[in-house]
Amino acid sequence: MTPVLSVRNITKRFGTNTANDHVTFDLYPGEVHSLLGENGAGKSTLMNVIYGVYGADEGEIFVNGKRAEIASPKEAIGLGIGMVHQHFMLIPAFTVAENIVLGMKKELRLDMKQVEAQILEASQKYDLHVDPHALVSTLSVGEQQRVEILKVLFRGAKILILDEPTAVLTPQETEELFKILRNLKKDGVSVIFISHKLNEVLSISDRVSILRRGKITNCFDDLSQCDPQVLASAMVGYQVRLGVDKAEQEPGETVLEVRDLRVDDERKRPIIKDFNLSVRAGEIVGLAGVDGNGQSELIKGIAGLMPLSGGKVVLCGQEMNGKPPRAFIDAGLGHIPEDRHRQGLVLSMSVLENLFLETIQDKPYSKAHVLQKKAITEKAKELVEFNDIRTASLDLEAGALSGGNQQKIIVGRILDQEPKLLIAAHPTRGLDIGATEFVHRCILKARERGCAVLLVSTELDEILALSDRVAVIYEGECMGVVPQAQATKNAIGLLMAGVKNKEASGTAAS
Amino acid sequence: MEVLKIFLTPDFWSSAIRLMTPLMLAALGGIICERAGILNMALEGQILMGAFFAYLGSYLTQNVWLGLVIAMIGSMSLAVIHAFMSINVKVNQVVVALGLNTLAIGITSTIFRFMFGTDSQMANCPGFKAIHIPGLSDIPFIGPVLFGQYPLTYIALLALFGISWFLFHTSRGLELRAAGENPQALDVAGVDVIRIRWLAVLVTGAFCGLAGACLTLNGLNTFYDNISSGRGYIAYAAIVFGKWNPMGTTLATLLFGAGDALQLRMQAMNFNIPYYFYLMMPYLITFLALVFFMGPSKGPAASNVPFVKDKARSSKRRPKQTSGIGGK
Repeated sequence: MTPVLSVRNITKRFGTNTANDHVTFDLYPGEVHSLLGENGAGKSTLMNVIYGVYGADEGEIFVNGKRAEIASPKEAIGLGIGMVHQHFMLIPAFTVAENIVLGMKKELRLDMKQVEAQILEASQKYDLHVDPHALVSTLSVGEQQRVEILKVLFRGAKILILDEPTAVLTPQETEELFKILRNLKKDGVSVIFISHKLNEVLSISDRVSILRRGKITNCFDDLSQCDPQVLASAMVGYQVRLGVDKAEQEPGETVLEVRDLRVDDERKRPIIKDFNLSVRAGEIVGLAGVDGNGQSELIKGIAGLMPLSGGKVVLCGQEMNGKPPRAFIDAGLGHIPEDRHRQGLVLSMSVLENLFLETIQDKPYSKAHVLQKKAITEKAKELVEFNDIRTASLDLEAGALSGGNQQKIIVGRILDQEPKLLIAAHPTRGLDIGATEFVHRCILKARERGCAVLLVSTELDEILALSDRVAVIYEGECMGVVPQAQATKNAIGLLMAGVKNKEASGTAAS
Repeated sequence: MEVLKIFLTPDFWSSAIRLMTPLMLAALGGIICERAGILNMALEGQILMGAFFAYLGSYLTQNVWLGLVIAMIGSMSLAVIHAFMSINVKVNQVVVALGLNTLAIGITSTIFRFMFGTDSQMANCPGFKAIHIPGLSDIPFIGPVLFGQYPLTYIALLALFGISWFLFHTSRGLELRAAGENPQALDVAGVDVIRIRWLAVLVTGAFCGLAGACLTLNGLNTFYDNISSGRGYIAYAAIVFGKWNPMGTTLATLLFGAGDALQLRMQAMNFNIPYYFYLMMPYLITFLALVFFMGPSKGPAASNVPFVKDKARSSKRRPKQTSGIGGK
């Protein structure tokens, strides 16, 4: 059988950085071939080369056995290659039909009625249910993804590239996507599935290729022999052990109490609506939810970074409403912010300076507003060593470090202050497996020490592995709080989609 | 109330429409540009260029229609710079526009002085004549208001329907709007964003040429410094006020045209008020309309955002040594 798509020895360089190094990759008709790799391994670059967004420096691409020159997405579309980007390429102000037909029609006149009928027909054929007349801005993320897939199929794509399609989906939506993909396989559509979620890759793929530092290092043709452990080790290039060790521990007194919290955005629209949550000492409360359901505003409200329009935040017995952020820190808050580049670090400042963002005005680092270089440097060396921050020097710009080492700067300096409450917002987003493990260990150590932890994450696996209790946020409301023992993927997934079931709300009251 | 009687005369509405025509042409052109994702604050300068070159062209060729063509070329020459700077060089589009507006004043005044000297002796050029459409212009009230206008008013009305149809009922119109909402999506759909944006800016330039020609060729038949006197900004306000919709924008320009017509009549009524107050009215209406009746309005999402082809991947920061505390 000839592969529908065959990539031979593709090399792509950005300056001195080789993103793809002689990559060879085959895709056969009707198969789902997953491409697995850590962030920065070169997955997206490879896909953009195939889709004509980037030109390759070396190598060839064959489509159906014929050599193809793909200089732009237009040619890729012509060859039957379609891509669903991680960040959807949809126009919120347009209808579904307008989004799908965009760029397809040569003739000037555009008869939307006719187009909508054609799209309805296609959506029934592929079992992708969308209303062609609906505005994209009114659709859920899962529906938007269906529009993206339909858009690609409507152009006659036989090769479907999905770049991290499940990153924004609830577990149920993911299941639905997999059902669609299995249907498409039957119609002879081939799928390249890009992800770093091992379980998902194993459940949907026929074959898995591993990309590490721009090279294909393994290709697993038979997945019955595989488990997540094997794939993870192949991804990072050394033996890793997945999962965390967490000791049973009785939580102490309540450290954070959030009561009827309300937060509005700049346009005075309510984002957080009457949110109730408490976190006790020595306990990790995970806040699960699909991205963009008010997590940022909730965190900012609790950390004193956004004004509250109602309710209260009580931290270690002190009511914190209206106090400046500094008072929150003094009361024992440690905050690992969700965006480490914009909130956690000053990228153009040195590693050393970044290690003291909160403490620079405290003794012994500063006396009568004069910096004490010796004390600072000593402490910095200690922090760098203790947290295994890999940097060429203390004076290196923080922006030059890898994401993992940047996050270690933040986690290291926050936990060194032994906070009573730790807010960890997406603490492992974009990190490789090694750094993820490190951050998880740090959070668990803080818990053992008796720190109350609020862990906010969109990665359900992470939440379920670390949390003692799981709270779910949906459209700014707390859907329920579930103890770890009852927190199954299914139960949490339903809450994440806004479905309240009796069991979950029953436990929320307790 | 004598003032209120003004609104009942066909003469008032006829002049309101005559006064709104340049605003309408510029604003309709501006919509095209805005919808394609280029913020166009340079309407003012382009109108001024159009006004001057309409006069110059008509004077030199002694043909008003050739003057109109030269007006469009003149304003489009400014649009070429605008397009190049904001699309290719990706300079901040507001800064480009403000620079161009100043440049237009310089160009027009300099050539005007160079060719016609500094004396106030006005050299007149051929101008347009109002066209009374036979039959229709005899209808009472409506006739003189709508069917006894200058040719450019009829062109503006045709443009209103043409642009509405183009934007909302053609494939190219859909692509143009997509360029203003999410150029990356359009690029991925295989359409050349740069080309669309260039064409849009040029078409806007042509419309501003027509708008400028209204100022010099509709009866005045001469030119003076800064003749556009802020109409480009009013046209821009009309676009925002009309929510980037051709019909809404046209109604907004009618409001400004009526305000202008009203102040002219009130000047003639000899109230004991300095005439500067009347001159201020169109601008005051613009201001008040935007402040009180607008509410939050949302334009094309990617307006004023330059299109960079590989934007999906943000460039990696280059490592650099810093010299802060602890530096040697």
